Amino acid sequence: MRNLKLLINPLNDENPITVQVLGICSALAVTVQLKPAIVMSLSVVVVTAFSNLIISFGRNTIPPRIRIIVQLVVVAFLVIVVDQILKAYVYDVSKKLSVFVGLIITNCIIMGRLEAFAMGNKPWESFLDGIGNGAGYGLILIALGTLRELFGSGSLLGYQVIPQVVYEQGYMDNGMMILPPMALITVGIIIWVQRAYNQKLFEK
Amino acid sequence: MENLFDLFVRNVFIENMIFAYFLGMCSYLAVSKTVKTAVGLGIAVIFVVIVTVPVNWLMENFLLKSGALSWLGPSFESVDLSFLSFLLFIAVIAAMVQLLEMVIEKFAPALYNALGIFLPLIAVNCSVLGAALFMQEREYGTIVEATVYGFGAGFGWALAIVVLAAIREKLKYSNVPAPLRGLGLAFILTGLLAIAFMGFSGIKV
Repeated sequence: MRNLKLLINPLNDENPITVQVLGICSALAVTVQLKPAIVMSLSVVVVTAFSNLIISFGRNTIPPRIRIIVQLVVVAFLVIVVDQILKAYVYDVSKKLSVFVGLIITNCIIMGRLEAFAMGNKPWESFLDGIGNGAGYGLILIALGTLRELFGSGSLLGYQVIPQVVYEQGYMDNGMMILPPMALITVGIIIWVQRAYNQKLFEK
Repeated sequence: MENLFDLFVRNVFIENMIFAYFLGMCSYLAVSKTVKTAVGLGIAVIFVVIVTVPVNWLMENFLLKSGALSWLGPSFESVDLSFLSFLLFIAVIAAMVQLLEMVIEKFAPALYNALGIFLPLIAVNCSVLGAALFMQEREYGTIVEATVYGFGAGFGWALAIVVLAAIREKLKYSNVPAPLRGLGLAFILTGLLAIAFMGFSGIKV
């Protein structure tokens, strides 16, 4: 039951992006299209889950004074592995993500969960917490990617969704959705909608 | 000289870390509630970026880039260590932040107290690592250019956080719909600011 909660909670009540305000940077930059958003979500799930697991195994032996450097090295190691795999199998997406794969290292979700959870909990639970938080991040990323690609270019995953007939009637893609500022405004609106349905999240 | 000034202005206004690349957003949104703390964090970031970008430039050009190790002798000419750059850059940043913290504590205790908890947190501020990675990607030719780039990037970040903090201080007096209060509105505001900053694009100094 508790384990299930670890997986489910980060999807809504403790969502890393909309509630904990962690890991925003990459969420905004890679969501112009759906495909990079999905690849990025999967990479983050893998890195959070395994870094949580590794740090949790070592939580009693890592000296507290140098723990940040130890955590960063573990995360950097995992990110290098993910980066090399992406370069080998999905080169075009890896090119689009550019520096943002590297920036997973400083993605605050990972450091935040390591500090807040993995340093004080057992490996299996930390692993689940990592998957849950990665998934909560992915959920918002995929929602953003879908909205921006659908309204910005009229397609999903590169396939045209809005039929040609609609364009002939005078419909136009909203070019603003592709530009960076609309990513911020879209997240703002997602937060607005989420909080309207979930009143415990109100800020005074 | 004009070249350097152009580089600086471009990185403050046109390629602003926050409004164009969204780097360092987490602390940007979390620490922008009052102007005073925002100024403190802004100065700390400028400080760290100015130090780490040139150091990472040296790392890149004398250690990591393919052919960078040729000063060790002809047999090292084909060595390419660039896949290690994430690890080395973040290690340099973490070490520099730790070092800066000690130096500031010893020689400028007033500044140290003002910066407080923000200084160690900068190690995980994405704009610092982001600046290092952009420096690598854009292949700046000299260390001076790299330093000016670092200063521009840090200054742009500081400017952005102070602007947002000032607006949020004023917003305390307005009546905002309850679900939008706080974070939601901060996002939308940043979006509007970013649209305004897009007006700078294409300007040549």
